[in-house]
Amino acid sequence: MKPQSMIQLLVIEDDRETAAYIKKGLTECGHAVDQAGDGKDGLLLADSNSYQVIVVDRMLPKVDGVTLTKTLRGNGNRTPILMLSALGEVEDRVKGLKAGADDYLVKPFAFSELQARIEALVRRAEPESPDTVLNVGDLSMDLLKREVRRGDVKIDLQPREFRLLEYLMRHSGQVVTRTMLLEKVWDYHFDPQTNVIDVHVSRLRGKIDKEFEQPLLHTVRGAGYMLSEPD
Amino acid sequence: MLFAGSVLAILSFFYWTSVGYLTTQTDETINAEIKGLAERYSSDGFTGLRVQIAERLSRQQPGENTLYLLTDERFRPMLGNINEWPDAQQDAGGWLDFEFTTPLRGADGSAGGRVRMYMARGRTFLIGNRYHLLVGHGMRELQEVSQQILRAMIFGVIGAVILALIGGALLRRTLTRRLEAIIRTSRQVIRGNLSERVPTRHSDDEFDELSENLNHMLSQLEQGMDGVRRVSDNIAHDLKTPLARLRNRLEELRLAGSDAEQREQMIDQVVAEADGLLATFNALLRIARIESSGKREAFTEIELSSILRDLQELYEALAEEKHQEFVFEADHTQSLEGDRDMLFQALANLLDNAIKYTPKGGAVGLRMFEQDNETLIQISDSGPGIPKSEHDNVLQRFYRVDESRTTPGSGLGLALSDAVFRLHGMKLGFSNNHPGLCVTVVV
Repeated sequence: MKPQSMIQLLVIEDDRETAAYIKKGLTECGHAVDQAGDGKDGLLLADSNSYQVIVVDRMLPKVDGVTLTKTLRGNGNRTPILMLSALGEVEDRVKGLKAGADDYLVKPFAFSELQARIEALVRRAEPESPDTVLNVGDLSMDLLKREVRRGDVKIDLQPREFRLLEYLMRHSGQVVTRTMLLEKVWDYHFDPQTNVIDVHVSRLRGKIDKEFEQPLLHTVRGAGYMLSEPD
Repeated sequence: MLFAGSVLAILSFFYWTSVGYLTTQTDETINAEIKGLAERYSSDGFTGLRVQIAERLSRQQPGENTLYLLTDERFRPMLGNINEWPDAQQDAGGWLDFEFTTPLRGADGSAGGRVRMYMARGRTFLIGNRYHLLVGHGMRELQEVSQQILRAMIFGVIGAVILALIGGALLRRTLTRRLEAIIRTSRQVIRGNLSERVPTRHSDDEFDELSENLNHMLSQLEQGMDGVRRVSDNIAHDLKTPLARLRNRLEELRLAGSDAEQREQMIDQVVAEADGLLATFNALLRIARIESSGKREAFTEIELSSILRDLQELYEALAEEKHQEFVFEADHTQSLEGDRDMLFQALANLLDNAIKYTPKGGAVGLRMFEQDNETLIQISDSGPGIPKSEHDNVLQRFYRVDESRTTPGSGLGLALSDAVFRLHGMKLGFSNNHPGLCVTVVV
């Protein structure tokens, strides 16, 4: 796995156990984590420092997560916000996203899911390349012609496979979880009983990796998938 | 009392109209009499009038009580069957109400000493500027009739009041008896005996309706309570087993050697076990939340056929992995207000089951079509199916057709789907696919 560059994070979470768990995990990944125990402290810290991502719990003492997000957005703060919540129904998610959050993660979550989403948010905050061609190793995707080539070989993809590969390529070098793929590629928030996503990924792998020496699409155990350049 | 009051009101009306009618009748008789006399007067003059009155007086039958009195200018009686000019005032229509004391036939007259006073009514005229004429009619009949009506009224009201009191007491007794049956039953229910039912008489009245409704409510409550009991038993069982496994794995982990690879593997197993438990709890909470909420604010206009196409696209690959034939037919369109993610989840659960239970080389179908003006979504498989006797049970939380619970799954998938469909006003049903199961969702 390619090491990620250090991310400056603010975690606003009132539950000490969860906060410690998040902080410990992120610090071990090499990120710099500031912490706030309630919404008021969180707002102060967010206003006075510059972070790359803010992780905010929806239910907080003093100022709740939705209000905090609205306040930050109202002040012109555009830092990506990941909202954590025990409430997972569509209207809860919609409310959080409407307030200005960039992503929404339902508790309890696997740490790998949180990490992957934080990294995706940092990537998204970077100005998106105006390129019409994405490249990972010798794999290239022409977004205008909707063509995919590996080296000189043209690869035929179904429309959904194309979107799946595009998402993986845009997040190359990052772990992408199955839930993220369902949300971003299939546009559904749901919980498949079987690993139906694995089937699609392995099909894609069959098309882009099978007949080539260097595999690009990797399975990250316990987390998801990663498309990365060969070392 | 209300009853007695209305009886009184009806009788009063009857009294008033009948007395009024009789009065009018009297007035008409007098008018006819006067008309006759006036004609005679105009043809034969005063003498003719006198003769006419005398004739009439002599012809009068007992019981007939037309009154005549002709007087001179000083009201001294000249001819007639009343002793003296009455001392009464005329009303606006020229009518005079007066009392007279002379018996009708002058023969046994005042000599008897015993005279009865009667009410009478009549009109007076001045003839030739000299003579006064009174033509009237005794009101004896009217008086008697009205007295009888009054008597009837008094008896009627008394009778009605007595009947009302008796009827009320009887009604009250019946009401109390029937209410007591309901009160007795409700006390039993309060004590916790939910199987108690209110006795009914099969008489189709409101009390039976109330009793039947109460019984129906009690049955539903009882069923609900049984369901809760069964679910909590199942939760206890279904969660205890994986929790025990989790605990054992953790113990093993503590005793395990320092082999990093082996430890890693065991940790993965523990995490998977915990994830499974969390998934079960999540599913339970979701079902509870879906069931307790009404129509959502987050409902949007969605096209079912597009959800079905997405399902096909996601799951056809899974079926192909198992070398199953995937039949997709959804030419019919149907839009509705709903939650896109929830409906996708609910249908995905069904499709997931269909693929899971169909053996390699079998067939799975996803169809949407119209039948009898209803849109149906059908998910069919060629797996082992579910016996008809189990069709109602499979929607219960934690229910497994396979009692040994060896196949993976929480036993909550169908219950969750069912809850989502019910929230959208859809209905889930099962039928035999010969072979396999056919799940039909009526939109």
